[in-house]
Amino acid sequence: MQPYLLIIIFVLSTIIGYFLINNVPSLLHTPLMSGMNALSGITILGALTVTAALLRDINPLASSLLGGVAIVGATINVVGGFMVTDRMLGMFKKGTVNEDD
Amino acid sequence: MKMISDPIYYSLCLILVAIILFGIYLMSKVKTARLGNMLSAFATFIAVILTIIHYNVFSNNQVVIIIIVTLLIGSLIGAFLSIKVKMIQMPELVALLNGFGGLSSALVGIATLMTIPKNDYFNVITSILAIVIGTVTLTGSLVASGKLAKLILGKSIMYKGQASINVLSNLLIAGLAVLIVVRQFDLSLLIILLTLISGLFGVNFTIKVGGADMPITISLLNSLSGVAGSIAGMAIGDPLLVAVGGIVGSSGLVLTQIMCKAMNRHLFDILLGKTSVTKKESVEKVEEINEEDEREEKDDLKLLVNQARDIIIVPGYGMALSQAQHLVKELTVKFEEKGANVRFAIHPVAGRMPGHMNILLAEVDIDYDKLYEMDSINDDFKDCDLAIVIGANDVLNPAARDAQDTPIYGMPILNVDEAKHIIICNYDLNPGYSGVDNPLYKRKYGLTLLLGDAKDSLKTLINQFE
Repeated sequence: MQPYLLIIIFVLSTIIGYFLINNVPSLLHTPLMSGMNALSGITILGALTVTAALLRDINPLASSLLGGVAIVGATINVVGGFMVTDRMLGMFKKGTVNEDD
Repeated sequence: MKMISDPIYYSLCLILVAIILFGIYLMSKVKTARLGNMLSAFATFIAVILTIIHYNVFSNNQVVIIIIVTLLIGSLIGAFLSIKVKMIQMPELVALLNGFGGLSSALVGIATLMTIPKNDYFNVITSILAIVIGTVTLTGSLVASGKLAKLILGKSIMYKGQASINVLSNLLIAGLAVLIVVRQFDLSLLIILLTLISGLFGVNFTIKVGGADMPITISLLNSLSGVAGSIAGMAIGDPLLVAVGGIVGSSGLVLTQIMCKAMNRHLFDILLGKTSVTKKESVEKVEEINEEDEREEKDDLKLLVNQARDIIIVPGYGMALSQAQHLVKELTVKFEEKGANVRFAIHPVAGRMPGHMNILLAEVDIDYDKLYEMDSINDDFKDCDLAIVIGANDVLNPAARDAQDTPIYGMPILNVDEAKHIIICNYDLNPGYSGVDNPLYKRKYGLTLLLGDAKDSLKTLINQFE
């Protein structure tokens, strides 16, 4: 993809992200931060593609190590992040359902 | 050779981004938060599959094996951490997970740098940025996590020349980046140096931050890891990664701002480590006076606890440390059996993470409609019968209102000092993380100090019921 397109996507997404979160009740600050943290593990997409590229070009052992660690790191971030967020949010459900928030 | 044509791939990316945006939006409301999280997780899962198909990642058996195995290992470790962790360890876990994301982005940068042609300047520069930001995220998060887990001294650590070292490391990073772009010297050596220096910079800048400012730092690092991912996405030319990384980066920054506002702090000051002042002498004299009329106070306490009708409980990090939330629940039940009304006043930055207290109280089934944010309960302190402070200090320190020379000056606080009677269950009378003495401890009337482990103090309180 063309660099200028990528930069446009970046700018647009940051602008959307900026307006997305407003007046979050502090009750949700920790789960929201944790969920966002899980999403930042989206870099797993990068880890997957570079691992494939590395294995095509460079010596297999070094590539497997480099790419492998990248995938493991990102997966821990994604899986751990989403699961722990769900665990936190699951606890809120137990409270009586009160309609004002 | 691609298995999905570009237009279809881009459309699918757009849909996934929309799902993720909607997920984040849902997460900012209590009722829909869990669904929002699941939606985001689902979209991420689909994104992984889409990426594998689109980029034809499974080109040979070796790749398939490595990817499947590493995905499994990562999932198992992630799942294990998330199931095993105790609720009070949540802040350090989030920081740690964040570090792994940073690590991955940095490695993507390194890998890209090693595989792309050297005259591909856009990709070379973005790879370098991904390495730098990813590594700073990694080491910064590790330090933050270590501080929260008490493996590293929690206080702000400062030394002479810290600022100059930061400037120097930034210059070195810039110098190395230029050398990489113009391809002088050995590429591997340059990458190693770049990673090392970025890592040191991450440590150096997080180590300055004191405990009370940790939540904001974690949130900032979180935002940074999104940016790192986004830039890594630019380096490899993946629009989906660029978009999601960008969204995480900027919405994370907004969350950071919300927290800064709650503390009346400037992000810049926190990064410069301006909270910490040298610790003043602790107030020991108050303790002596307290012991003298202990007998008398015991009787008062019994009367007080049994007669209070309107109670506001102020939890803080001390409750988390001593894991006293179950006893807090027990105390609440006791009060309610007596027909009293119990509410909780949650300061936006109580604990070591925003919302930290809410999580702990939710864990013991305290309804969230009993938890009040600072602004909605602050005017009620003057009318309540009893305020019970459990391991909180800075968030109710009246010095924030008038002591101009202290670091907490201007921070909005809970008006605990307006309550008719206050019971403080703190470990000791030393200043909180800010290092500022709390004048409330010297109050001459309507004050009961129960010092020591919050669990023991709460048991004392619970035993007062008749």
